[in-house]
Amino acid sequence: MNNSLFGFEINVWFDGLARLGLIVGVMTVVAMGLIYGERKILARFQQRIGPQKTGPFGLLQSVADAIKLVGKEDLRPTAADPWTFELAPYFVFIPIFLGFVSLPFLLDVNIRLLELGLLYFIAVSSVNIVGWVMAGWGSDNRYAMIGGMRAAAQAISYELPLVLSLVVVAMLAGSLNLKDIVEGQAVVPYVVWLPLAFVIFFISTLAEMNRPPFDIPIGESEVVGGPFVEYSGIRWSMFMLGEYASLWILSTLTAAVFLGGYSWPFGEDLGKGYQLLLMGAKSGLYIFVVFWVRASIPRLRIDQLMAYSWKVLLPLSLAQVLVVGFVRVYELPDVVLTAAGILGLVALVSITGRAVASTRRLPGAARTMRSEAA
Amino acid sequence: MVASPQATPEHEFETQDLLINVGPQHPSTHGVFRMVLTIDGEVVKDVVPYIGYLHRGAEKLCETMDFRQGIGFMDRTEYLAAHNAELSYVMAVEALAGLEVPERAQWIRTILCELNRLSSHFMFLGAFGIDVGVFGTPFIYAWREREAIIDLFEEISGDRMMYAYFRPGGLAWDVPLNFKERVREVLKSTRQGIRDFDELLTQNEIFRARTEGIGYISAEDAIDWGMSGPSIRASGVPLDVRRDEPYLKYAELDFDVIVGENGDVFDRYYCRMLEMHESVKIIEQCLERLQPGLIVPDKMPRMLRAAPGEVYIRTEAPRGEYGIYMVSKGGNRPYRLKVRSACLSNLQALRQMSVDQYIADAIIVLGSIDIVLSEVDR
Repeated sequence: MNNSLFGFEINVWFDGLARLGLIVGVMTVVAMGLIYGERKILARFQQRIGPQKTGPFGLLQSVADAIKLVGKEDLRPTAADPWTFELAPYFVFIPIFLGFVSLPFLLDVNIRLLELGLLYFIAVSSVNIVGWVMAGWGSDNRYAMIGGMRAAAQAISYELPLVLSLVVVAMLAGSLNLKDIVEGQAVVPYVVWLPLAFVIFFISTLAEMNRPPFDIPIGESEVVGGPFVEYSGIRWSMFMLGEYASLWILSTLTAAVFLGGYSWPFGEDLGKGYQLLLMGAKSGLYIFVVFWVRASIPRLRIDQLMAYSWKVLLPLSLAQVLVVGFVRVYELPDVVLTAAGILGLVALVSITGRAVASTRRLPGAARTMRSEAA
Repeated sequence: MVASPQATPEHEFETQDLLINVGPQHPSTHGVFRMVLTIDGEVVKDVVPYIGYLHRGAEKLCETMDFRQGIGFMDRTEYLAAHNAELSYVMAVEALAGLEVPERAQWIRTILCELNRLSSHFMFLGAFGIDVGVFGTPFIYAWREREAIIDLFEEISGDRMMYAYFRPGGLAWDVPLNFKERVREVLKSTRQGIRDFDELLTQNEIFRARTEGIGYISAEDAIDWGMSGPSIRASGVPLDVRRDEPYLKYAELDFDVIVGENGDVFDRYYCRMLEMHESVKIIEQCLERLQPGLIVPDKMPRMLRAAPGEVYIRTEAPRGEYGIYMVSKGGNRPYRLKVRSACLSNLQALRQMSVDQYIADAIIVLGSIDIVLSEVDR
């Protein structure tokens, strides 16, 4: 049983190992690049310069940080549960890492193109929450525990709209194979037919990655880093690597599932270089928006977060599934989808304010200020 | 943290409340403040504040210093609005020593105090932005505006934080020649900065959702706790020393006292925001009326001696009423000095404002009363 890697025929196990090794290396470099990019972009938003002293334009800052983190002492609180505490980073990191397996980076560039790739991705992407809860529980720190519990609540709530908006795509594409999904968008990317699903997916991925405004589990100003509060050195950097790896994965998935991947708008006949540019641009756009949101939006409160998921995102994504089902069964034109999606977006925007607004707002409190003359 | 030990059927669903210790090393306690929260899930059931980590005995130390040396200690009690703190102190000394402050010095004092109010409120806006969870952006924006004001202070007094520029009788020295132009320059950037903040925070849907209706305190309770400054004005009490008992040149100036209605976190935030517009207005009027002249009285005594007696001077500092109670038995130093700290009184109401709110709300309630721990502990 042989498989081909870069044109060479090699044993299937070696092939798997080689691809895994490749992805570990590439992922580390990309994560470092993302950290550098985030620091630079956030700095621009905040009228700062960002890293600039380490290497040309501060490019080596992430490398320096990595060396520093590896060199740090691996501390463990005396009262922490040794197994849970020390294994938690792996439970966060490995599921994220497994998510790379089915991703279609470029045409025929992937680890394993699974027939049920989307389903596989959904399955593994939600496992890492176990690691968060382990880290929260095992640290024997109350901040960490609150953070871990928040992470669990958040993951359960936001997994549903995330999955439902991917289900919609699978219904439209008629396949769970990510390659087929990308190639189904050669003419029109799915974001045109499914604008609502795209927006819901984007919001849910923010919550999935615990990025602002959904960084409630790690909320720096409340629970001081949540589950990570007791971690240091290499274990902490594994959490961070996991965070940026999942940012990369989700950006690639967004590009592949909604934005036409390497296929739209030029088709698949162009060379790998163009495809790389396309994918880079699309996932780069996603990543940029994520950073942008981080720079400008305050954190939600835990009850608002839950209310937003269960009262707004979930009903709308269920409605979306219903609409796509109708369109597929009765073979209506795809424009109906766009119209329904835009209608849904309007609903999303108008409900959002009401659902998230404080439930304990004072009755009849008009929001006015009066000023008394001196 | 653990389930109740009595696992008998009648106790089966009982849960224990969890104590969490916020501070003194927590990032959002604005200094070395500690509060122990009793939480039930995410809801705060009780708050016990602990203060005193920054107690340096400034009041007692001032009794051993002569009047000019005490100014430096007042700077250090209220380091975000040192001009305002100095002002109360020097006004107390002036009242005891019977000094008449020249016109020009009074106008300059008014300008500097209002500028200090602006810089202090910018600091509040920035720190509050971090409390509600924006990563750094409001903080750096606030820092940019604050920096312009602090640079101006440095040009005037030679120091960026502890100015010691107000002296009993007037000022340490006159302001630079380009003072008026520089202040106008700073005000221009300040006006833009306030507008930026309005767009960044006030108009943000999530910010509104996080702050409206949170940390409510009624006007009666606010009065009972002895709150002052924007914290009490947000509850609808039009209390402003600048208008009620005008000092310096405030009686001749035209400005409004901003009063909120709901007494929640948003009103406390927005009161400060609107107050900054008033400060800009005040400074502009002062600049127009600032004339050349003396900055200390003509017949300033070589050795400052206060008459026996006692005096209480209160002024409107950015955080509320900053009062100085000074007892003199003659001589060149106070017999007793007591600082009435606005922050300490405002902090008393913390428990009432944050009970039955979420943990995240307790943090922003603490942020919304804008404490400076060195003023609380002194």
